Amino acid sequence: MDRLVDLAKVLRSKNSGPFELTLDILFDDVVKYERVEKSGEINREAIALLYRINTEDITNLVFFKKALGIKITFNRKISSGTVGDRDVYGAQQHAPLFDILIP
Amino acid sequence: MEKQIKILSPCGILGYGFPIKHFMIGMEEEPDAIVVDAGSTDAGPHKLGAGVAIVSRLACKKDLSVLINESRNHKIPLIIGSAGGSGARNHTEWTLDIIYEILKEKNINCKIAIIWADIPVDRVKIAIRENKIEGLSQNVPILTEELVDVTNGIVAQMGVEPILEALENKADIIVCGRAYDPAPFAAVGIYHGFDEALSYHLGKILECGALCAEPGSAKDCIMGVLKEGSFQVYPTNINRKCTPISVAAHTFYEKDHPYVLKGPGIVLNLENCEFEAISESSVSVKGSKLSKTPIYKIKLEGARQKLFRTFVIAGVRDPILINIIEKVEALVIESVKEYFSEIPKEDYSINFYNYGKNGVMGELEASLNIPHEIGVLFEVLAKTQSQASAICSLVRSTFMHYGYEGRKSTSGNLAFPFSPSDIEFGVVYEFSVYHLMEVKDGKEMFPIEYKNI
Repeated sequence: MDRLVDLAKVLRSKNSGPFELTLDILFDDVVKYERVEKSGEINREAIALLYRINTEDITNLVFFKKALGIKITFNRKISSGTVGDRDVYGAQQHAPLFDILIP
Repeated sequence: MEKQIKILSPCGILGYGFPIKHFMIGMEEEPDAIVVDAGSTDAGPHKLGAGVAIVSRLACKKDLSVLINESRNHKIPLIIGSAGGSGARNHTEWTLDIIYEILKEKNINCKIAIIWADIPVDRVKIAIRENKIEGLSQNVPILTEELVDVTNGIVAQMGVEPILEALENKADIIVCGRAYDPAPFAAVGIYHGFDEALSYHLGKILECGALCAEPGSAKDCIMGVLKEGSFQVYPTNINRKCTPISVAAHTFYEKDHPYVLKGPGIVLNLENCEFEAISESSVSVKGSKLSKTPIYKIKLEGARQKLFRTFVIAGVRDPILINIIEKVEALVIESVKEYFSEIPKEDYSINFYNYGKNGVMGELEASLNIPHEIGVLFEVLAKTQSQASAICSLVRSTFMHYGYEGRKSTSGNLAFPFSPSDIEFGVVYEFSVYHLMEVKDGKEMFPIEYKNI
């Protein structure tokens, strides 16, 4: 078992426009990428649970082997910069991904 | 020698700065255009709402001086996308002001094209009535005419069409209001007869400066070379390099989808691209595909004023208080609401952010660690600045002296770093417009003005 943070080269979150948050998991070798992809651990239900959203709020969950990367995009509960927002750029919401365990 | 053109991108945002040395190395290659992106919605709604730039005038002028000098020396066009950051009239004029100043100081004559991206309120209202407006995602509030009225000006992202016209009219400097980030770059490629898909894909990479390189940076230059059937990218700094993975992964950045990119009138599909290393630091790309949307739609952006904010930052070090901080904060709010019972509760809000505990992630925070200190940020949002400050003052004094159960430090609960402790923030804005609007074509909403200096 390995933590996702120890397998990924890049693990980040950012806004994609003011109303969506996008998570990127990027690898530097195809072996690690395929291990994570095939594990099935990155799926809508798991992300919805981690981020306390409904699976319907996830607009994209894409595996892109050519770039050795996985992307998950979902609707922000509060849009960027308005009342109640804690992270204008959405750049520090990636920590929950760290501890996803990959067999 | 096969047909090719070179486009030099100095940095990811005009005003972020770039090493002159690397820029001049790029200029030695005799590029056909210098293109730079000046904008983003990244920094939140405040810039668009308040009509201010995202970089300082000093930084913007510093960058522009170099770019204008070199583009005029080499007699190649300089294109600026999303001028002033948000690309509305105020922001564009702010940029033009700097440009005129530089031209005057350096005694340069040239032809300037200005492409405005401000969308008239009436035009948007007609589109609402005709059902030709849709939110960009399902959580974007429905656009109503009332919402349009309280929005401080609406801009739209232009595509290549008006920029192409400016290039055809031999403008030396093209200042675009809000633009689809890759568009100013793509326009150069398309103007020279290169494939549209490759031109847009190249634009998507170049607009962020050297972010697609390793190590990546938005404050360094990147060169793009367009050829028949492919394009090449490489940094002009020998200490950075583009690799097939760094370039392929770049389309992930800030995008909702890794290989399907939507722009004005187009959809770019990069799923079947091939990325090949041609040297240690240079990558060749081919296989980008583009399709035109049946109806041309432009992306509207607008921000509105919400409320006024007054805030306080203070530290808490008492372990007994830290243990029950959220309980105490709730009691403070209750006490303040009771005191100000004449102010309708819906008119204001009091929020606490406990840094060290869960300031960044709020209720998503899974960590149960109890920190030895907490940085408390609390704010009051109200309809006027003076009301926000009055309520905040009471929150602060109540919290400071609150006698919670089990308290031993009866002198005061908060460590203020500043005197005065209460800071008047000003207006809080919110993105009220983030919608697609159907239009006739790519030029309809973007008038071009020419000036000979």
